[in-house]
Amino acid sequence: MASTTLLLRATPFLALQKAADAPVVRYLGRIMPAGIMVILVIYSLNGIRLTTYPYGLPSLIAVTVTLLIHAWRRNPLLSIVVGTATYMVSLHLFG
Amino acid sequence: MNVSTGMRADARDALRDTIPVAMGYLPLAAAYGLMLANTGIDWWWAPVSSLLIFAGAMQFLSVGLLAAHTPLAEIFIATLLVNFRHVFYGLSYPMDKLKRTPARVYGVFALTDETYSLLAGKADQNISGRRITLIQLFSHGYWILGSFVGALGAMALPDSIAGIEFSLTALFLVLTYEHAIKRENLPAVVMGVLASAVAFAIGGKQFLSVAMGVFLCLVLANYPIVSRKASRESGLRTSGSPDHGVDDAPAASDAVPSAAESR
Repeated sequence: MASTTLLLRATPFLALQKAADAPVVRYLGRIMPAGIMVILVIYSLNGIRLTTYPYGLPSLIAVTVTLLIHAWRRNPLLSIVVGTATYMVSLHLFG
Repeated sequence: MNVSTGMRADARDALRDTIPVAMGYLPLAAAYGLMLANTGIDWWWAPVSSLLIFAGAMQFLSVGLLAAHTPLAEIFIATLLVNFRHVFYGLSYPMDKLKRTPARVYGVFALTDETYSLLAGKADQNISGRRITLIQLFSHGYWILGSFVGALGAMALPDSIAGIEFSLTALFLVLTYEHAIKRENLPAVVMGVLASAVAFAIGGKQFLSVAMGVFLCLVLANYPIVSRKASRESGLRTSGSPDHGVDDAPAASDAVPSAAESR
């Protein structure tokens, strides 16, 4: 993890300037973050069980609240704190 | 100006520069520390991993991956794809201002989303190499401190924090939102959902690698179409540099200007 990240950060400096500047690499850099983040959201929600009580309701509620708060204020920190608090409270309520 | 007042001025400037980073890093790292200590991993791994990895979203992910004894190859692939954007940060990093090798190596290591956007915004200013290094050191310090405090917090209140792991989902949601509201990211979002569906249908433990692998295939398969369209458009606009249509966006626009995504 640490070394892969360092490798990526070092790529442009290791005489790979050309590689980092290639159109296909630029294209990847532009298109990848959005899709990867979507995958990570789904991955992090992977543990929920829709068929048994509480039917993933705490996650569903917390996801909705996080997105609404974020659409409203666009403050990442606020959205994360409120979203997580919502999840913890609803876990408690449905638990 | 003698050396020590220069040092003090640089430290003061760097401290002021990094206030927004501190606001973002301290709480987020604290959530990371809480989450890590909550999974039963020894609490001191929180500050140690922050010292050694210094990669936010990936560090959050690492907790679950390590707890599940994920194979190294899968961790490698996930890190490669999650942190791919870092390849571009170096293109506009003011490396020429750093004279000594340790400062240069550390500069590369500690080039996170936040330090990148901070430094890229100051690229044309006459900023000293020492101030650059201090900015990165302070930012790294906030990250370590936050995860340390969070891990200690988990020790102090072990029962009341069930559900803290949602901070990971919330972080990813916020980042997804910021990408998804841009129209040009729509294809990527659709491909991400498709790839997840495929990985979900296949099942098994390797959701992350399968989803990311499928996503990469979709994205690469789409490249000839995108580049042909782009070169046609730029051919209509100007006759010069037909291959430039795909990459007109400067690398900086790939950096998410949020305080949340790091690393």
